[in-house]
Amino acid sequence: MTGAVRIFVPCDAAALSVGADDVVAAISAEAARRKADIQLVRNGSRGMLWLEPLVEVETPAGRMAYGAVAAGDVAGLFDANFLAGGDHPLKQGETEKIPYFAKQERLTFARCGVIDPLDLKDYEAHGGLQGLGKALKMQPAEIVAAITESGLRGRGGAGFPTGIKWKTVLEQQSGLKYICCNADEGDSGTFADRMLMEGDPFSLIEGMMIASLAVGASEGYIYLRSEYPHAAATLRKAIALWEEAGLSGKREDGSPRFKLHLRMGAGAYICGEESSMLESLEGKRGQVRAKPPIPAISGLFGKPTVVNNVLSLATAPLILAKGADYYKNYGMGRSRGTQPFQLAGDIKQGGLVEKAFGVSLRELIENYGGGTRSGRPVRTAQVGGPLGAYIPAAGFDVKMDYEALAKTGAMLGHGGVVVFNDGVDMARQARFAMAFCEIESCGKCTPCRIGAVRGKETIEKIIDGKNAPENLQLLEDLCDLMTDGSLCAMGGLTPMPVMSAVKHFPEDFGGKNAGN
Amino acid sequence: MAVLIDNTDDEEVRRICAAHGDRPDALLEILHELQAARGWLTDDALRAVAHILNISRAEIHGVVSFYHDYRRAPPPRFVVKICRAEACQAVGSEELAKHAEATLEQGDDAAVEAVYCLGNCALGPAVMIDDTLYGRVDRVKFDALCKKYASGKEHAS
Repeated sequence: MTGAVRIFVPCDAAALSVGADDVVAAISAEAARRKADIQLVRNGSRGMLWLEPLVEVETPAGRMAYGAVAAGDVAGLFDANFLAGGDHPLKQGETEKIPYFAKQERLTFARCGVIDPLDLKDYEAHGGLQGLGKALKMQPAEIVAAITESGLRGRGGAGFPTGIKWKTVLEQQSGLKYICCNADEGDSGTFADRMLMEGDPFSLIEGMMIASLAVGASEGYIYLRSEYPHAAATLRKAIALWEEAGLSGKREDGSPRFKLHLRMGAGAYICGEESSMLESLEGKRGQVRAKPPIPAISGLFGKPTVVNNVLSLATAPLILAKGADYYKNYGMGRSRGTQPFQLAGDIKQGGLVEKAFGVSLRELIENYGGGTRSGRPVRTAQVGGPLGAYIPAAGFDVKMDYEALAKTGAMLGHGGVVVFNDGVDMARQARFAMAFCEIESCGKCTPCRIGAVRGKETIEKIIDGKNAPENLQLLEDLCDLMTDGSLCAMGGLTPMPVMSAVKHFPEDFGGKNAGN
Repeated sequence: MAVLIDNTDDEEVRRICAAHGDRPDALLEILHELQAARGWLTDDALRAVAHILNISRAEIHGVVSFYHDYRRAPPPRFVVKICRAEACQAVGSEELAKHAEATLEQGDDAAVEAVYCLGNCALGPAVMIDDTLYGRVDRVKFDALCKKYASGKEHAS
């Protein structure tokens, strides 16, 4: 293959959704026609999704990016000698010097979009397996201490310190313990888990192996939502390659020391809640469990279980490889390290931005996102998924950190930012929050099951102008009750988007000062 | 009419369950595979699964009816899932859904379904047809895709 020019075209689902496979077919055909010596590599996405399909050509001056490429552009790219990095209207320059990318701090996503996701050698050449190598020489308590020391907190949304969770599981006396990866990334506006699983799946597997060594678990499950068939296919291949390479370790009887299973969800948002995910993994309806006991003490099949988000687990290898201090030095306050933020909705430059905690929402939306795709002014952004608050444009200077957001009545969640233009009707968004809760509630507790229905009806009355002041008061009471009385975050946080919309956009609810 | 049929001679169900060690905790996986093989979940097949896994049909009904993915009726020729969650709402998925419902002809034997997030939130509106994801789907792209699927051209790939 010497002399072949390497061309990278992502096999990430987002890139495929806008024609990456067509581009690959066109490049292959055009190269054959011109007898050009090329080697196509299907990498993950760099996260600059507005440039997808992003074609990269390896040149002596670095990887040159061309995007967004359509199949019809390919002949023109060859004419422009893009194999040598030639100029073309679609040329974006060296990929890693594109400002959107260059200003990021890629730790968890360091390899994503760089390597072939299913090439273990490529993985190892880019720092993979170093964390596991270190973990294998450490005592379980030392691994837990390193994770605790790094300040890593659960990236699924709740932000609970990962090391403390692991410590609790380590301390349990049980012959059987489990590592469960929550890959039920159901929040609208989030796709970081998917991108990582498709672009660097071995980092998740390595993280789960490290967790198993840390707590003494012998089995692991990845619970993946069924809306991600492409990620499922990648993970299946990655797990098989990992096991074939003997990286799961061996017991005396030849069976793997750590057995990893991939389980698919079946279309239920609530299964992203950890206890309902455990029920689902046991083959049951995904109904929430009352806590205590916490899963770390009694989780899957009643055994001590680590339940972590994809990104938390995939960050563990880096922490062990580079040390807790390296990770801890990023971030602010009690939010240490980096967060992969996801810019979505009506945004010009949508994609993934991994930055240290502390970046402002304005910087993300304006500097990275470049404002709206539609060209209309930004009115609001919903941060943290369907259960997160709507933040008005005037509040965009808030720092993106767990505590700073909480102080303003918002939350970071899984780091999704959904931008809305001035055409958005906030009463309708509030109604949707309740309607979504009605559809996706597991039905176990009354505040959520009934509250969502009554909440939706009440907002409809407000929209119709029926006794708006009284109904707003009723809505507020109902939201208080749902917040205080629900069993889990589904019912408990649905009031957040509702009341933030009422508070910041009273003009949309048929009355002035409606939120007071 | 109410004859209890022991369908455990249903070799396909037996094979699928056995591949999962006949474990009740693998029920979701077993149902997924069964649906992939047959298009939908029939009473007979569910009865056989209950028998093999040694769980009650009520428990299976509870699971099948809880999750959105499982079908208890034959599927249409193709299923169009339009993301109706916030990120896609922000770029016009509601209008697209209305357009889809108004234009997709009954004769196409297609179903338009709502889905909440396909993980393609920066390239909305997102649509999934069968298992294939599409991004930035405007009306023109939507119509072209549906035409392709209706003519069966996408099924071979």
